[in-house]
Parts: sequence; C-alpha cells; structure tokens
Amino acid sequence: MTKDDFVGYAVPAITLGLGLIAWEGLVRYFAVPTYLLPAPSLIISTLITDWAVLSASLWVTLSITLKALGIAVIGSVGLAILFAQSRLVERAFYPFAVAMQVTPIVAIAPLLLIYLSPGVAVLVCAFLVAFFPLLANTTLGLSSADHNLVDLFQMYRASRIQQFMLLRLPSALPYFLAGLRISGGLALIGAIVAEIAAGSAGQGSGLAYRIVESGFRLNIPRMFAALLLISVAGITIHLLLTALSHWLLRDWHDSERGRET
Amino acid sequence: MNKIATLTTKAAAIPVTAPPLVTLRGVHKVFANQVTALEGLDLDVRAGEFLSLLGPSGCGKSTVLRLLAGLTGPTRGEIVWLANCPELGFVFQEPTLTPWSDVFTNVWLPLRLAGVSKEKARQRVEEALEQVGLAGFAKAYPRQLSGGMKMRVSIARALVTRPTVLLMDEPFAALDEITRLKLNDDLAALRSSLGATVVFVTHSVFESVYLSDRIVVMAARPGRAVAEIVVESPTQSRQEGFRLCKAYADTCVQTSEALHVAMGDRPPKILKSGAA
Repeated sequence: MTKDDFVGYAVPAITLGLGLIAWEGLVRYFAVPTYLLPAPSLIISTLITDWAVLSASLWVTLSITLKALGIAVIGSVGLAILFAQSRLVERAFYPFAVAMQVTPIVAIAPLLLIYLSPGVAVLVCAFLVAFFPLLANTTLGLSSADHNLVDLFQMYRASRIQQFMLLRLPSALPYFLAGLRISGGLALIGAIVAEIAAGSAGQGSGLAYRIVESGFRLNIPRMFAALLLISVAGITIHLLLTALSHWLLRDWHDSERGRET
Repeated sequence: MNKIATLTTKAAAIPVTAPPLVTLRGVHKVFANQVTALEGLDLDVRAGEFLSLLGPSGCGKSTVLRLLAGLTGPTRGEIVWLANCPELGFVFQEPTLTPWSDVFTNVWLPLRLAGVSKEKARQRVEEALEQVGLAGFAKAYPRQLSGGMKMRVSIARALVTRPTVLLMDEPFAALDEITRLKLNDDLAALRSSLGATVVFVTHSVFESVYLSDRIVVMAARPGRAVAEIVVESPTQSRQEGFRLCKAYADTCVQTSEALHVAMGDRPPKILKSGAA
C-alpha cells in the first residue's frame, strides 16, 4: 500500500471505525435508552430485521430520485439547446428557471400537494431542484466552445448541425457532467424534502415517510436505519455519477489528468 | 493611404512581376468597439511566396489573416483574389485541437466537414501526419502530446485539404526556443516541398527572416504597413546553415531597424555599429 492509498482509504476508514466504536461504547457504558440514541449494532440489526419494509421504501425513494433526475436531464439539455439557438429565447425563459431555483422547495411543496396527487408532487419537487444546476451548467457549456475552433469551423464552411454536433455538444460535456453530479445529490434531497412535506397526507411509503412514521412511534432505531439508507443512497449516486464522468472524460479532460500517473 | 517604404529591391526568388494571388487595396477595419485595427492597408500576396507580416501587438497583422480567411470583412476597401475560392489552411497561435478526439480525428476534421468519410480520408490524413513528422501518432489524444507536437497536429490539419494558401497566425509564439527553431526548420523544408503560398504572422524578427521571401513590417494604432524587406537568399535553397550566414545577420539587423521605426523609436545605435 502506498502512502497515498493509506491517506486516501485507510485513514478515513480508521477514523470512521474509531467513531463507531466510541459511539457503541458510550451508549453501552451510560446505558442510553434506545429511544434516545441506539447503538450502531442495534441500527444494523434493525436494518436487517426491518429490511422488508425499509428496502421497499428505499426502492420508492430511489425510483422517484432517478425518475426526477432523468426528466431533469432531458428537460434541461433540451432547454439549454434551445437557449443556445437563440439569445431571445434564453432571455425570455431564464428568469423563470432562476425563480424556480431560488424559491426553497419546502415552500413550494405544500402548494404542489394541493395541485397534484402526492406521488406526482413529490416527483415534481425532486425534478425542480435537480433541474437548475443541469440547465445552468449545460447552457454555459454550450456557449464555451473555443472561439478559435468556432472560427475554424466557419472557415471550413461547417453547417450549423456540424458545428453543434462536432463542437458545441462535446465542449459542453464536462459542464453537463459537473451539473449532473450536483443534481444527482439534489434530486435525492428534493425527493426526501417533498415526502416529509407531504407527511401523513401522502400515502407514500418512501424513506422519508418511514422516518416521519418512526418518529411518531418512537421507533428510533428504525429512524436511524432509514437515515443510514438515505446516506448510502446519496453516496452511491455520487460515486456512480463520478465514475460515469471519469469514464466519459478520461481520455481528454484536464479534470481527469491527475488520475494517470 | 500609407505608402510602403521599400527598403530593398533586390531580386527575390519569387518574381515581383508575378501576378498577385490576392490584393488588398485601401483596407480599413474598424471593430465594433470603435478600435481601428487597419487603416488603408495595401498588400499584395504573390503566388508561391512566403510572406511574413511582422509588427508589434495591435498592428492588425492577425486581422489581415482573418480578412484573408474570410472570417471577417473589411469596413472599407477591397480584397481581390486572383483565383476563385482558393483552398485555405489556417494555423492558430494555440494548437486549437478538439481535446475529445484523437489525432486522426482532429486532422480529419476539415475533410469531415466537407463530407469526406473516415475511410476515404484515411490516406490524406496519414499523408498529412507524415508531412509533419507525426506518422504513428494517429491514435494519441492531444493531452498526451507536447506543445510542439500539438502544433504539428494543428499544421497537419491545415495541410490535409492540400491548401494553396496557408495562413499562420504566430503559430510558434507559445513554444520554447528550441522547439521553435526545430519547427521553423521543419516548416521551411515542408514549405519548399509543398510549394504553397504562406502568409505568416509573427513578432519575431529572426523567425521572419529565416522563413520568408518577403517581410512586410506593420505599425500599430492604426494598423498599417510601413516597410517591406525582401530576403535575398531564395527560400528553396536554404539550409539550416542559413542562420550562420552574414546575409541572414544583415537582414535581421535591417528588419529590426525597420521594426523599431515602425514602433516609433529611433533605431538603437549599438545595433548599427554592431552590424557594420
């Protein structure tokens, strides 16, 4: 194991392990009641015993997150392409996009719950938070092509479509992927926030609903288990999108340069 | 309108009587921000010559190239080509490659834009890579290459359409001195084998004298041509040893003086006595 590997993997693993041991030890030593703070071992065993309920909820939350992210990708890329074609369109629509982004999703959720069925409302909330970083980044990326290359394309009489496919789209890819990594995390947060806002009104059964429900029932170990699953889901989404970004950019982008030594 | 002060009129390799390939007459260029880039520029580019445009920054030399490439139009004046739509090649100061595609795809680009398939372009691309000494690098990505090699790819891309006119905008300015000398040598050799007309923008006196048949010295604010220097030794027969010749040194001194005048300075004394 090299020094870099040690610092990169072993050190965080050791601190995490020590933290968990300390947690377990303190809870046992002071006999903290499980409805205040369950020990890590109890959280894990709850996760296993309640797996049927929790995994179903995880699947609900994940499918909302992924659907929202998918719609956000299609919508934002489509709108960014439209923006790239015409300044006028960009000027006309951008204020709406900004307004949607800066208004906190928790504040919009109750309104959406009036207009829409809870399931759709949750999906729309997750979509709204995931949408803007993708739109902003892709719009920026599409207008960031090297101006000398734009000149070169013009000199060789490239058509609009050629310029778009061979120059603007590839130039925008790193920007889009940066936006995707942000939006992946945000979609999950949006889904959770909307589920909590829906609360008992929603007949949803996602992880956030399990947390609210466990809170009412003082089933704190299950609450922690649901929290753990949300964290793991968030980390997994982030890792997958980072891997996707690395795979797509590995041959050419400066952000991937450090990886080849 | 500014007159070109001809400093030397010695016989050049390219006869002065050859019809100009392209003529710029009284060309004015004013940018949108009201900056005058060129004022009343008269310039002939003769078929087959290696012409350098030398001058300080802001003298409009890059604008001349952009005008020749058709990337922008003159505000006033005219640009007349002898032949209709000559095949142009353009080399920028930066390599200006698409980092997401390999060397082959980068060089293929001009043909690809003209609708030539990858298979049909293969021979031409490989030929162009060979010309710049990069045979075997087709699958490399730009970031794996050094600055000099990237510039070679950029030159190969300009050559792949077999241009009759090669426009080069300070192509070696960002390179280190040693790489630059090597690329100068290679460009000189390449150029005599190609026989293309080259318009070369530079702010290096030595580079312009080494490579050119003719140097047009430009002054800034407003951009205009102020002097013309014909380099005596024919470029076709130049060897690496040309840099050691007295003719080379003399022309460098002469060109430096013209550049100093163009910049509004008096030619430095020490330079004059050193040359004598």
